[in-house]
Amino acid sequence: MYSLEELEQRARQAVGKKAAFGDDVDLDSFDKSFVPHKYLAEEEICAIPEEEQQRLIMSGLDVTDTGRGGTYFQKDTTVVHCHSDEEGIEVMPVTEALKKHDWVKEYFWKLVSVDQDKYTASAFLDLHDGYVIRALPGSKSIYPIQACLYLDKENLQQNVHNLIIAEEGSELHIITGCATSPHMKRGVHVGISEFFVKKGAKLSFTMIHNWAEEMSVRPRSVARVEEGGVFINNYICMKPVKSIQMYPTTHLVGDNATAMFYSVIVGTSGSYLDIGGRIYLKNRGCRAEIVQRSISNGAHIINRGHLIGEAPDIKAHLECKGLLLSGGIIDSIPQLEGHVEGVDMSHEAAVGKVAQEEINYLMSRGITEEEATSTIVRGFLSVDIKGLPTPLKQEIDRAIDRSNKDAM
Amino acid sequence: MLIIEDLQVELAGKMLLKDIDLEIKPGETHVLFGPNGSGKTSLLMTIMGYPQYVVKKGKITFKGRDITHAPLNERAALGIGMSYQRPPTINGLKTRQMIDICARRKVDAEEMARSLNFEEFLDRDVNAGFSGGEIKRSELLQLKAQDPDLMLFDEPESGVDIENMALIGTTIAQILEKDTPRAGTNVKPFVQQRSERTKMGFIITHTGYILDYVPADKGQVLYNGILACAGNPREIFQCIGRLGYEECVKCTV
Repeated sequence: MYSLEELEQRARQAVGKKAAFGDDVDLDSFDKSFVPHKYLAEEEICAIPEEEQQRLIMSGLDVTDTGRGGTYFQKDTTVVHCHSDEEGIEVMPVTEALKKHDWVKEYFWKLVSVDQDKYTASAFLDLHDGYVIRALPGSKSIYPIQACLYLDKENLQQNVHNLIIAEEGSELHIITGCATSPHMKRGVHVGISEFFVKKGAKLSFTMIHNWAEEMSVRPRSVARVEEGGVFINNYICMKPVKSIQMYPTTHLVGDNATAMFYSVIVGTSGSYLDIGGRIYLKNRGCRAEIVQRSISNGAHIINRGHLIGEAPDIKAHLECKGLLLSGGIIDSIPQLEGHVEGVDMSHEAAVGKVAQEEINYLMSRGITEEEATSTIVRGFLSVDIKGLPTPLKQEIDRAIDRSNKDAM
Repeated sequence: MLIIEDLQVELAGKMLLKDIDLEIKPGETHVLFGPNGSGKTSLLMTIMGYPQYVVKKGKITFKGRDITHAPLNERAALGIGMSYQRPPTINGLKTRQMIDICARRKVDAEEMARSLNFEEFLDRDVNAGFSGGEIKRSELLQLKAQDPDLMLFDEPESGVDIENMALIGTTIAQILEKDTPRAGTNVKPFVQQRSERTKMGFIITHTGYILDYVPADKGQVLYNGILACAGNPREIFQCIGRLGYEECVKCTV
């Protein structure tokens, strides 16, 4: 069991602690006070203004709920909708769940350290809400659960804490979008996410970010995967943002556990994106793969990848590719750490431009230089993500297509 | 019709082709011989319009239009297409999508791939990890979809095993309208079928195997950047085999 007092004490001590990476955000210059919003019934969600709906759709939230197993929708600090249609899958606001269910406390702040930095401390001390999504043992969902964290109030610091639990033998897919309303410019989003993938369970988590130009974003997420479990973590961010710094970490603790990270990032001028991925392979037969694709249109992008092999007979691969389309910096930092004999770890990293040879080849098939370039860029971004249900795969492709149109 | 007059071409400041004169009439297929480094690929790339091959002198005319300085995609739109020896890989672009690009419309890729036995590659990235023979079949499939009037083939036999050679040879003959004329009561007489052919071909070959499948009209030898002789392709090929390129060029010039 956890002790609230102890957590609070540690959090208070870390209030001024800067993060290891990324630019420092002055949290005192943002408003953390609660913003009340009316709870929306299902039919009311469909009635929200078209412009906002579009922002939500871009982040994977389908207001009509078609092809979704459930919805969690938080606006600023307040839950405006929460329900599950799938048998065996629970979706609850975290503040309510902590009050109602003792078991929730078993997962709260168990993987992310409350005193990691000022952002984790702030998320504890001024928690707004967040979701608990839990798949009961053996339950299988094909349709993803959608979760949306939406910012509407100018200059808000949104603090969110999410717990995602895939019980033994379950299969759970989540598509989560973070977006700002069309008029919003400045704000901070701090999101704590703790993932528990139990024995033989499979969890896919797809996060799509659609921020505003003056937004600072500090997600903090850690996953723990037990024997034979599979964790797929997808991240898509193709819209302007001031800064994002994150370093999601996964611990593969059981035999034959698997983790796959895929990220697709398009950074525009003025954005500072420090995106990492770290996977510990702690037991025999563990598998890990990190695939990162970045395009800079003037952004400063740092791709960190870190694989740590601590047991024999593990296999891990890191692939990091960057395209500089129109200025900016792509800094690729792959790191492999083998601690015992019998690890099999590799990486490939490349930063470059669209190859003229490929453009010419496509042009000789009859398309213009612009069409050829966009075809190659589209291909570069289309990462072949394994183990996703078809509707979710199509969803990701559509999200990349939509953003790609804006990015080109 | 393709007409090349007094063509002189440089690559990175180095003269590669000199005094090239060439004429390919509708319905004709020519074969190009020549040792390694003689400029055969450069000639094809120049006709296709690769910008690094700089035309210093002379003129290329296709279907009556001066295309000497036209960009690649304009030449493709006019009806020139090429089967490459070593094309680049396009990551993330499926062969199926490439077929649509070539055809300029949505096509039944399965149907088109069937005769080349290439259906299982349609969902693979273009040329990614393809063997020599697979690249050739992929290139032919793309050309088939593009259906240009002038087709340039850069060593279509290289890296192809015996089993696939027949497939590739007959496919090239078919898309160049050089396959055996159809017979029967309801078809036009052979002479008429032949005179109605419009496709033009220009094929680089080292091994000459392609001659077993494609009845070529004319053979040429490119030696040190100069088109040295023209004549019956089989005869030239035999001459090269017996005497070598240098002697062969000497005896005919």
